[in-house]
Amino acid sequence: MAARPVRRATAAIATGALALVTAACTNPGAAGSGGPKDSAVVGIAYEPDTLSPLLGYGKDGNSKIFDGLLALDADMKLKPALAAALPRVDDGGLTYTYTLRKGVTFSDGKPFTARDVVFTYRTILDPKTNNPSRTELDALKSVDAVGDDTVVFRLKYPYAPFAQRTVQAIAPAHVAGGQDVNTGPFTTKPVGTGPYVLTGWSKGEKLTFEANPAYWNGAPAVKKFTMAVVKDDDVRATRLRAGDLDAAILPPNLAAGFAADKGRTTYTAKTYDYRTVTLPTHNPVTGDTAVRRALDVAVDRQAMVDKILEGAGKPAYGPVPTGSPWFARGTERRHDLDGARKILDEAGWKPGPDGVRAKNGVRASFPLWYLSGDKLRQDHALAYASDAKKAGIEIKTQAGTWEVIEPRMKSDAVLAGGGSPGDPDFDQYLLLKSELAGDGFNNMAWYDNKTVDRALDEARRTGDTAARKAAYDTVQRELVKNPGYTFLTHIDHLYVVNDSWASDAQGAPLTTQTEPHDHGLASGPWWNVESWKPKNTGDAKK
Amino acid sequence: MNRRLPWGAMARMTGRRALAAVPVLLGVTLAVFAVADASPFDPVKAYAGTAGLTASQENLDQLRQNLGVDRPLLTRWWDWLTSALTGDLGDSSVMRRPVADVVTERLGWSVLLAATAFAVAILLGTLLGVLAGRRRGGLLDRTVSSLAYTLEAAPAFWLGLLAIWFFSLKLGVLPAGGLTDTASDTVTADQVARHLVLPALVLGVSQLPWFFLYVRQGVGDALDEDPVRGARARGLAERTVLTGHALRSGMLPMLTLIGSRVPELITGALLVETVFSWPGIAAATVQAATAVDFPLLAALTVLATAAVLLGNLLSDLLYGLADPRVGFDG
Repeated sequence: MAARPVRRATAAIATGALALVTAACTNPGAAGSGGPKDSAVVGIAYEPDTLSPLLGYGKDGNSKIFDGLLALDADMKLKPALAAALPRVDDGGLTYTYTLRKGVTFSDGKPFTARDVVFTYRTILDPKTNNPSRTELDALKSVDAVGDDTVVFRLKYPYAPFAQRTVQAIAPAHVAGGQDVNTGPFTTKPVGTGPYVLTGWSKGEKLTFEANPAYWNGAPAVKKFTMAVVKDDDVRATRLRAGDLDAAILPPNLAAGFAADKGRTTYTAKTYDYRTVTLPTHNPVTGDTAVRRALDVAVDRQAMVDKILEGAGKPAYGPVPTGSPWFARGTERRHDLDGARKILDEAGWKPGPDGVRAKNGVRASFPLWYLSGDKLRQDHALAYASDAKKAGIEIKTQAGTWEVIEPRMKSDAVLAGGGSPGDPDFDQYLLLKSELAGDGFNNMAWYDNKTVDRALDEARRTGDTAARKAAYDTVQRELVKNPGYTFLTHIDHLYVVNDSWASDAQGAPLTTQTEPHDHGLASGPWWNVESWKPKNTGDAKK
Repeated sequence: MNRRLPWGAMARMTGRRALAAVPVLLGVTLAVFAVADASPFDPVKAYAGTAGLTASQENLDQLRQNLGVDRPLLTRWWDWLTSALTGDLGDSSVMRRPVADVVTERLGWSVLLAATAFAVAILLGTLLGVLAGRRRGGLLDRTVSSLAYTLEAAPAFWLGLLAIWFFSLKLGVLPAGGLTDTASDTVTADQVARHLVLPALVLGVSQLPWFFLYVRQGVGDALDEDPVRGARARGLAERTVLTGHALRSGMLPMLTLIGSRVPELITGALLVETVFSWPGIAAATVQAATAVDFPLLAALTVLATAAVLLGNLLSDLLYGLADPRVGFDG
């Protein structure tokens, strides 16, 4: 281990002089163009901390190296993956039984069995495992294998979205079982059942993958797949233009530079990625329902979408995006500055000499924190403060790191972001449930509304879709009457991709899923790179 | 210098320095633990990343306990020290791997980069210094000197960005970063060599002015001294005068410089590795520091301190050899 890099280094020095000469006449950016491309290089902004499913990698699916029992399709519907079918739910939603797909092997040739599933979930639940996402499996009481091909999950309480959680990537017990779960070699040299096999991970630089020829769902047509980690947006755009990258995630202003490009297409992914302002219940100003309601209509969301996001987004009225089937129709708020003033007047918030309102000696003024260095949040915070000022509410924006912001969250407003697609429970429960007030970063606003609490519980306990929809409608209507947050925007994610691939053999265009707040490597048009087909472009010239 | 090397004296000096290094290293590691402990960054938040924003407090508290960062500062340092002495450097929380693995995998690349850069700086600096020192006030001297003063003031990361802009974006002749081409997944010597050019050149050039200015001064002064005038008077060839007389005494100050530039080289490497995504030890240092990864940070600090101490020892040894009057008193 120690000797290899050194030996390589020596070899490098030896050939260095020769290569220096040849360097001048080779262009690394000039990748071969024309003809079907069975390799793809994509530029991403964030890299995973670990590649071990036991430590949180692949918990939302699309992990390339691994599969979950279930997976999400392009329309975010659950479909079987390592399970042969969707689970059977018994005991009033307390027992989930999965029958496993037969004949699946890990990339090292060993068979996949129920033992691996049990190992994965039990290891994640083990307090000694440093998995920061363990809370997501809070409902899970036990997991047991019945024979080689059946797994039974038992829950502590009925939890309707549980099946969504089983997109969790499955790790092989025979590899990961014998080593330190937190720091063993498996965390960087993973073995899975997925469509790709990791061939290299140079931290901070790139991850390289090779197609798994024995993949149970058919060998991928894109044989080599590389994810280049390029944190800087401008550098990513430049490398895409230079041909070093085939695709990249870009902010709207840089993606616009590729709009007229005939060889590339821009894909817009709809997201659950929201920006919101927390209105802490324990602050005398933001805790006042009239102030909350006034802010909710005083803010010009469409202007934020047009100016800050350059059109790449939508106004947000809650964690559920307006395009989602779970969105409660009629809860959209119109921008209504006069209405906001009227609400404040009626509630007794009277304008003071400096234009800032006051009530019983309390000035309508509060601080709003945003993460320093986050331009997008800063822009949202400033726009919000300027809208509030027109209604007579003074907001002092301040930048800070989470270390500075966290102790102040109980009384100061924060410009927060988040969003998990899939089940409406994921965001709403953590944001609004009163018991979770001040629990880590959950319910940062200390929102406390008994009707909402009841509806949230009801919605997660029943498996009946109509009943769940009714409960989430109640939650969203309550948020109109008493908004503990001012939701501002849902942000689109933009991807620019070379026109070298189609999403199936018939040449259908690439697709995107509905995406979460995190730009993990699971997002983007390459969420299903394993089913991409190279297009025959430019092969006539040969 | 045809006499035998004074091995005994040199070994004694090395031994004395090694003994003196022990308290220095102890103090430095304790200081690193203390500074990291006092920093506002939270290791648990750094570990959890975005997942920490939806995790329950119970989950976060468990992580804090598992990572062992809730214990008092001195306990942590003592535990780290005792296990490090038995060969266990601990586990890096930010890399999710044993510290020893992280270091062995990355050290080679850093040494390659730093050594190449140092060689560039010393060779090019000496060559230019001699040429400039020979005719002070000449065109070459004036051009290179003013350039050297400018470079001395230019931060390494700025030079790096400039080099990327010019060589990679404008000319497109050299890769902008990484160890190998983006699409390649194997490490081959020619690729590494090509990717090494820019970072090594930038790091080397950022160190070059000091060597250049010292040599130029040394050679220039030596040329005015009596032995050189004597040699010229005896009718010796200019070349012999330069290499045999002026260069030897003119190079002396540069030897001390080699040792004292090591810390600068390390900080320079820190910036250059970050700019060029070079997978070396310095890039890991930045990550370890911002994530308050105590074991990794401590190991890297020990390495850096040892490099500085070794550099000093080396330059003192060289100086003692070159000028017997100085000796090896340490």
